[in-house]
Amino acid sequence: MTIARPRTVADALDALGALPGAQLLAGGTDLMVEINFGRRSPDDIVALRRVAELGAFEVGEEVVLGAGVTYSVLEHDLADELPALAAAARTVGSPQIRNAGTVGGNVGTASPAGDTLPVLAALDAAVTLAGPEGDRTLPLDAFITGPKRTAIRPGELIRDVRFRRPRGPQLFLKVGPRNAMVISVACCAVVVDADRRRVGIGLGSVGPRPLRATAAEDALAPLVDWDALRADRDAIQRAAALSAEAAEPITDHRATADYRRHCVGVLVERALTRGLEP
Amino acid sequence: MNETYGLRINGRDEQVREAWLGESLLYVLRERLGLPGSKNACEQGECGSCSVFCDGVLVNACCLLAADAVDAEVTTVEGLGAGSTPVQRAFLDEGAVQCGFCTPGLVMAVTDLLQRTSDPSETELREAISGNLCRCTGYGRIFAAVRAAQQGDAQ
Ligand SMILES: Cc1cc2nc3c(=O)[nH]c(=O)nc-3n(C[C@H](O)[C@H](O)[C@H](O)COP(=O)(O)OP(=O)(O)OC[C@H]3O[C@@H](n4cnc5c(N)ncnc54)[C@H](O)[C@@H]3O)c2cc1C
Ligand code: FES
Ligand code: FES
Repeated sequence: MTIARPRTVADALDALGALPGAQLLAGGTDLMVEINFGRRSPDDIVALRRVAELGAFEVGEEVVLGAGVTYSVLEHDLADELPALAAAARTVGSPQIRNAGTVGGNVGTASPAGDTLPVLAALDAAVTLAGPEGDRTLPLDAFITGPKRTAIRPGELIRDVRFRRPRGPQLFLKVGPRNAMVISVACCAVVVDADRRRVGIGLGSVGPRPLRATAAEDALAPLVDWDALRADRDAIQRAAALSAEAAEPITDHRATADYRRHCVGVLVERALTRGLEP
Repeated sequence: MNETYGLRINGRDEQVREAWLGESLLYVLRERLGLPGSKNACEQGECGSCSVFCDGVLVNACCLLAADAVDAEVTTVEGLGAGSTPVQRAFLDEGAVQCGFCTPGLVMAVTDLLQRTSDPSETELREAISGNLCRCTGYGRIFAAVRAAQQGDAQ
């Protein structure tokens, strides 16, 4: 095994070129567990911890989050600007995990239970990939192709995730056995976009990849009072029911499919109620 | 391929000789550098008993690749002082140590908390140690120790 420790994206891409099949390492909170238990034994590692440009973020009309932005940065430095992502970050693991774990690692792992993923889905985020032939950008929906499957090509790395910054409330809610150190049983994100007159509803842990409840979004949008940013109880309950229908949950050791679907209805109703005060 | 690399632990330069590069910092500390203070209870980031500071940031040593910590300043529980910091004394005085397996990690997490916030609320305290599992004390004594350490600091 060899390790490369680049300081720039350009050097990281060179290292990936020189070490075909190398595994990227960011905070290590997913990858090291796999290595510790012998589930993965990479021949080569390209460690991204020193690549300062990946840890940077910009919040303007467009938000650009470097792949190396940690949950701690989201929860402490971006809570006002990105409330749903910060709320999702706050529910991840423990302080130790949040100090190390990154957005790029969450997107790179593409676990159905990744907590930033439904938020990024609701925000219509795109993933920027840096590769030997330059950068390319894919919608999150095209990047995550299945459980722990992505469209990343050999020699590429995730440079950032980006989205237009919407104006309006943003919420994230998650169900799990306790308030810390839990993988989501179900989670949801609601993003009210007053400029486009849409409410994005993202669902996590209830499908092979993050889902958008588009039928619920379509039904809700015309029923919102866009000047007051309010919707009435009927409209919210209808959207919650349609969201529960949109879920594609499975039964596993964490919960049954029925319970997960039930959770989606409750969470979406609660998030919409908080965001659009009926 | 095995390799030799340097780490900086508790202010000292250490050499990790001919080691497999996939080893976690926790493994290297305990098995190669004779620093068994950081405990291994899960190796999957769940228990916090391996908590260390990496460039001053609290992380789990089991989730950090040792060979990726080459230019970092690592502080382990051994680097805090031989049982003599206010947090360590408070843990002893308040009976917050039973089997002691969780103690080094909790001492690191509480030290981190009190460095960031001199007067944490109950919620902040619970949050700060939410990644540290203790199977013996029921946490009551640990909360008491944190309060005692705070008062000790204030004096
Ligand atoms: C105890 C514990 C609790 C956890 N709790 C949660 C939780 O509540 N919610 C949650 O969502 N997750 C949780 N996780 C999972 C994990 O912390 C997150 O998925 C985290 O975001 C991973 O980021 P990382 O930087 O540590 O990734 P790493 O482990 O370094 O990498 C993860 C994967 O992403 C790839 N990768 C990393 N960076 C890039 C990049 N720039 N480009 C391309 N690929 C890249 C790596 O090659 C690897 O395959 C938990 C993990 C642990 C150990
Ligand atoms: S041994 Fe590292 S968190 Fe449990
Ligand atoms: S004292 Fe035994 S685990 Fe905490």
